[in-house]
Amino acid sequence: MIKTLGTALLAGTMLGGTAWGQDVTLTIESWRNDDITIWQDTLIPAFEAANPGIKVVFSPSAPADYNAVLNSKLDAGSAGDLITCRPFDASLELYNKGQLADLTSLASMANFSDVAKSAWQTDDGTATFCVPMASVIHGFLYNADAFEELGLTPPTTEEEFFAVLDKIKEDGTYVPMAMGTQDQWEAATMGYQNIGPNYWKGEEGRKALIEGTQKLTDEPWVAPFVQLAKWKDYLGDGFEAQTYPDSQNLFTLGRAAIYPTGSWEIGVFNPQVSFTMGAFPPPVPNAGDTCYISDHTDIALGMNAKTAHPEEAKTFLEWVGSPEFAALYANALPGFFSLNSTAVEMEDPLAKEFVSWREKCEPTIRSTYQILSRGTPNLENETWNASANVIRGSETPEDAAKRLQEGLASWYEPQQAQ
Amino acid sequence: MAKGRPIRWHIAVFLAPAVLVYSAIMILPLFSTLNLSLFTRTEGGTAFVGLDNFRTLFGDPRWSAAFWNALGNNLWFFAVHMLVQNPIGILLAALLSSPRLRFSAFYRTAIFIPTILSFVVVGFIWKLILSPLWGIAPNMLDMVGLKSLFAPWLGKEEYALTTLALISVWQFVGIPMMLIYAALLSIPDDIIEAAEMDGITGWSQFWRIKLPLILPAIGIISILTFVGNFNAFDLIYVSQGALAGPNFATDILGTFLYRTFFGFQLQLGDPHMGAAIATAMFAIILVGVCIYLFLIQTRLRRYQF
Repeated sequence: MIKTLGTALLAGTMLGGTAWGQDVTLTIESWRNDDITIWQDTLIPAFEAANPGIKVVFSPSAPADYNAVLNSKLDAGSAGDLITCRPFDASLELYNKGQLADLTSLASMANFSDVAKSAWQTDDGTATFCVPMASVIHGFLYNADAFEELGLTPPTTEEEFFAVLDKIKEDGTYVPMAMGTQDQWEAATMGYQNIGPNYWKGEEGRKALIEGTQKLTDEPWVAPFVQLAKWKDYLGDGFEAQTYPDSQNLFTLGRAAIYPTGSWEIGVFNPQVSFTMGAFPPPVPNAGDTCYISDHTDIALGMNAKTAHPEEAKTFLEWVGSPEFAALYANALPGFFSLNSTAVEMEDPLAKEFVSWREKCEPTIRSTYQILSRGTPNLENETWNASANVIRGSETPEDAAKRLQEGLASWYEPQQAQ
Repeated sequence: MAKGRPIRWHIAVFLAPAVLVYSAIMILPLFSTLNLSLFTRTEGGTAFVGLDNFRTLFGDPRWSAAFWNALGNNLWFFAVHMLVQNPIGILLAALLSSPRLRFSAFYRTAIFIPTILSFVVVGFIWKLILSPLWGIAPNMLDMVGLKSLFAPWLGKEEYALTTLALISVWQFVGIPMMLIYAALLSIPDDIIEAAEMDGITGWSQFWRIKLPLILPAIGIISILTFVGNFNAFDLIYVSQGALAGPNFATDILGTFLYRTFFGFQLQLGDPHMGAAIATAMFAIILVGVCIYLFLIQTRLRRYQF
């Protein structure tokens, strides 16, 4: 009986296989296993309807394993036709090894600004190898009900920010700010990289650091650490052992008033919270200062250089670069903002709030991602450690900055010159 | 000559499967790791660099600081196990082997069960128990009026490693207990009876008669603890992540190796430096085991019953 069933199943699959025989099937490698339903229910059907003859399969792996899994699949020649690209060096290395195809000539590349493409270009910018999909914006989420209850308004300057925190602390109903140092990356990504651009003036400071005209020990780079050191008093009891999921829960359960974070939480938090959420951009040092936000290019799509169907894959990539895809994607995943130059109409109010900052603030990307994390010690990883130390108070802002600078200068030539 | 001893083929035939499997999955990878540590990655390939990776590991101030920090933490991790896990294991075994103890089978099983749990489960459960936000540890201390003693132990540089070592002790105390228990049971009754005839009973019987007889088992446990601790990785990785926070206070050789070999976040993996660390770990364990085998085990007296 079992044998017959097995044969029947086998025959079934073979029939299924033949039926689709004429169509070309493209497989997408990705780490976004959270998005599988969005791809299967929204994005892929939209593409397939417009392009008969091409079938697309979304095949994600676990986020933490993605780089390792993808590298071994590419080396073994079993990787999918389309590759979801991590920003900067991880993808650049694949391009240099000849595993990602050059997509500079793609028509839809014209839909993206240079900053949007910078994460997936060679250092000189001559070749682009992935179509930018989305970025995430850093900022602060707050419990609007709690703010109303305590009569607070979202702060715009550093001074107001600490005044608000003081008031929440005084009242005692809420933990002023949800953040822990156990996982370290919260401190660096949602702390240092979140508020930092206001001090190092976004792209200006980031580029100066890469050129070697500014150092991490300069005032604009130490200032964010000085701010972080002050956060300690406003975090919950035992924040030293608080993990990232702990912080998320603390905020969504309504126990914390402010949550330093990024737009990617919107989609996760919306179904969980029972209060109204609001968002404000990182406060500027003085009233009237230009504000800068981290609008970090995070995800793109490239083509496996060894794909058997380069033409079909390019058709798909052209569609990914189109305004149509941008609208579908940005609305299916609130908080992941399209990098397309065409403005996308979004429905989620919180996502709209985040994206509106692009109008009034200067965008930049995380300072450690381009070039500066190529050597050992790795600047990004060191920044995690330093930010967590500074918040815990076990290292002073100046010492932390000095240590980062020494680490960077130990291998990065432009920083050695002076 | 024709009547010389026949070649005893069966020895080779019977040994072959074990030798082949062991070589394929243990010896070959070991040598390829050693080999890997002698190369480095260059533009478009690898190049032989001799012992350069080891020079970097021990000579470069950053690498060597990270290495000695990991080794120091590892020694402390081992010390906690030797000072806490093994004495408690022996004590539990002595209590369990007492004929007057009721429900000893239940205790034995209950204490041994954590050993068969996955590290992931143990790390997760303890993280929750000790969590300052949702954990039961702060509440339980509060109930007995000792709330002031609570600290976010896993997040404090000065406590994190000891806390993790004690969690590991909790998990593995069943192993020394079982081994010693078996050794205690194998002591013949006539020796015990003879001791009783001479008036040696109770604790004095344990110290003078039983302990010398179980010393070889304690030796084996020590060396198992040593090898296990210097290869440890899982518990730290599960509860503190690959960066072994806070501020590398819980970084042991295993996590240091993992970070280097496979890379972490934006840092790309460096298999060659990783292999150099793995080789250093292998050397440390080899030296430790040799010290035990040649200096300690040969001096342990064995009693034939």
